[in-house]
Amino acid sequence: MDLLRFITAGSVDDGKSTLIGRLLYDSKNILIDQLEALERSTKNRDDGSVDLALLTDGLRAEREQGITIDVAYRYFTTPKRKFIIADAPGHVQYTRNMITGASNASLIIILIDARHGVVEQTRRHSIIGSLLRIPHVVVAINKMDLVDNSKEVYDKIVADYEVVAKQLDLKDVTYIPISALRGDNIVDKSETIKWYTGKPLLEQLEEIHVESDVNLTDSRFQVQYVIRPQTDELHDYRGYAGKIMSGVYRKGDRVTILPQKKETTISKIETAGKEADEVFCPQPAVIHLTNDIDISRGDTIVHSNNLPFVNNEVDALLCWMDEKPLLQGNKYLLLHNSRIVRAVVKQIDYKLDVNSLAHFPVEDDVKLNEVVKAKIRLATELVYDPYKKLSCNGSAVLIDETSNATVAAVLLQ
Amino acid sequence: MSLHRLNYMEQLEAESIHIFREVAGQFERPALLFSGGKDSITLVHLALKAFAPGKFPFPLVHIDTGHNFPEALAFRDKLVEEIGAELIVRKVEDTIKQRRLTEPKGKFPSRNWLQTYTLLDTIEEFEFDACIGGGRRDEEKARAKERIFSVRDEFGQWNPKLQRPELWNIYNGRIHKGENVRVFPISNWTELDIWNYIRSERIPLPSIYFAHKREVIEHEGQLIATSEFVRPSEGDIIALKSVRYRTVGDMTCTAAVESYASTLDEVVNEIIATRISERGETRIDDKVTEAAMEDRKKDGYF
Repeated sequence: MDLLRFITAGSVDDGKSTLIGRLLYDSKNILIDQLEALERSTKNRDDGSVDLALLTDGLRAEREQGITIDVAYRYFTTPKRKFIIADAPGHVQYTRNMITGASNASLIIILIDARHGVVEQTRRHSIIGSLLRIPHVVVAINKMDLVDNSKEVYDKIVADYEVVAKQLDLKDVTYIPISALRGDNIVDKSETIKWYTGKPLLEQLEEIHVESDVNLTDSRFQVQYVIRPQTDELHDYRGYAGKIMSGVYRKGDRVTILPQKKETTISKIETAGKEADEVFCPQPAVIHLTNDIDISRGDTIVHSNNLPFVNNEVDALLCWMDEKPLLQGNKYLLLHNSRIVRAVVKQIDYKLDVNSLAHFPVEDDVKLNEVVKAKIRLATELVYDPYKKLSCNGSAVLIDETSNATVAAVLLQ
Repeated sequence: MSLHRLNYMEQLEAESIHIFREVAGQFERPALLFSGGKDSITLVHLALKAFAPGKFPFPLVHIDTGHNFPEALAFRDKLVEEIGAELIVRKVEDTIKQRRLTEPKGKFPSRNWLQTYTLLDTIEEFEFDACIGGGRRDEEKARAKERIFSVRDEFGQWNPKLQRPELWNIYNGRIHKGENVRVFPISNWTELDIWNYIRSERIPLPSIYFAHKREVIEHEGQLIATSEFVRPSEGDIIALKSVRYRTVGDMTCTAAVESYASTLDEVVNEIIATRISERGETRIDDKVTEAAMEDRKKDGYF
């Protein structure tokens, strides 16, 4: 059994909460106390229906305002997979939260209201999905019952979305006509949308092939922590602990330490306390090297024949996440996995409109939720790959040193 | 050719180990909050894997309400000795005396929420900058939104509206003096994941998790063990039953489940089965007690 992390973005109006509630409810993943609350609410309803949105109730402020503000994580399991849902808000003023939820997702469900078709929000969510390189897209065309389960309406929406998908270069897109409220094509195949011959949503989620999403070619490992027990029996033990971010490492591999640019060989590999001949992404590992090299937290170990970039000036897309605006020339800390480097946002090239992908000149400060292309200068060299090629080694955050807040998501180019 | 693929349990374990190493890499004085329950025992197991063969890099901190199950205390001491960790125990009893707090009253006098005082004093005393806890996002609605690195102000408070965005696997643990970070390495695990992991890794647990004979009071459909902290009063129905516990908390507020499951496999199977039948039925049995108990725990510990 494996694990699939996916994101659903949207507001209550789109039926997102109902959709998630339906997935949890129909796949029998509801705990008894939730079920009780659900049944109590049902008794107060005239039509005896169940308010599935209750299952995704969040913070007090959210309940009061009937909106989703922050990302919530929800869990369910079927005999085939464990699922982690990042349940994110959909409105433009919560773009930062959606980006947070999308950063770990390997699939995005784009919810479309069948009555409204492809709208600005559909484009925005798809653009965010494509910026963050979410490999799989499921377009769930919801509220089919409100358009008489019309195939014409569905076909038109599919055709419209194909244009978006082509523009954004989305490779793996699946379309499913659903009614979250009535449970059509969520867990079970709909009996009313007869013309649809594809899988219901849950089956699609269970069967989508995610194994090849893992990059096993470009091996990247960053040191998180140096293990040196310094006891009598382990006097000379010095192991570099970290996570295999991508690729495969084997005993005897010729490797280069960056940014030191020193070459050596892997003499021993351990994972979870046991020796191993090889380790692969995303296993935790402790790597031992033949030569004595000064290596500390944040340094990178890669195969000598497959090197990442090493630069002290980088181009990046910044998704601004702080109430305080970004000012050109401001200093920040850049946290790239376990490596922290001083950084200056030297130049802001343009602003990217998340609704259209159009570029605009930046006239004043960069505000919360805006996405810009910028040049960043670093105090020491960064060892990275372009986000498009290898997201695990192309992502970073900016930290405001005075507030310690995480102020931007950084997609290196 | 070997398959380069991890199952979901190995993926969860990998994520938790990564988080543990980030804590060790980012903080000066981290501590692991240890309650003696299955979640904190799982944390210890994961930390041992993360830093092997190095020594256990954090002290275990037990905020002791004084209402413990003796079996849980014995287990704690044995575990600490085995792994060679430092154990710090601070007693709620002492905080109550020093700070002139009011002892909870009633038949089941829970000191659970008073733990907050002792915890904050302990954090201050040892200048802990990170406290690792066994909180999970599946436990409760608000927790579903909490970050893995959750910054607390000097009053130990969590502000859900001012959370740092937490992207990819990048954890920003930078804090000002006086603040601390609560770290939840098993955020993405569900209760069932924990049990399945304990089963597959054969992690030892305190004996009260397994069926044993115990004198209990039947109170509003729940079974509460009699002890020096909970004394039966007139009219109480007292029975000797075969029970086990699903969580390890205080003797004053943890209910037992009637059970004959004496091995780990039997216990896990029973838990899986209970959840399924619970879903089918509308009756609540121990589930609500557990949720309520964990809520109180959250006010206290987290």
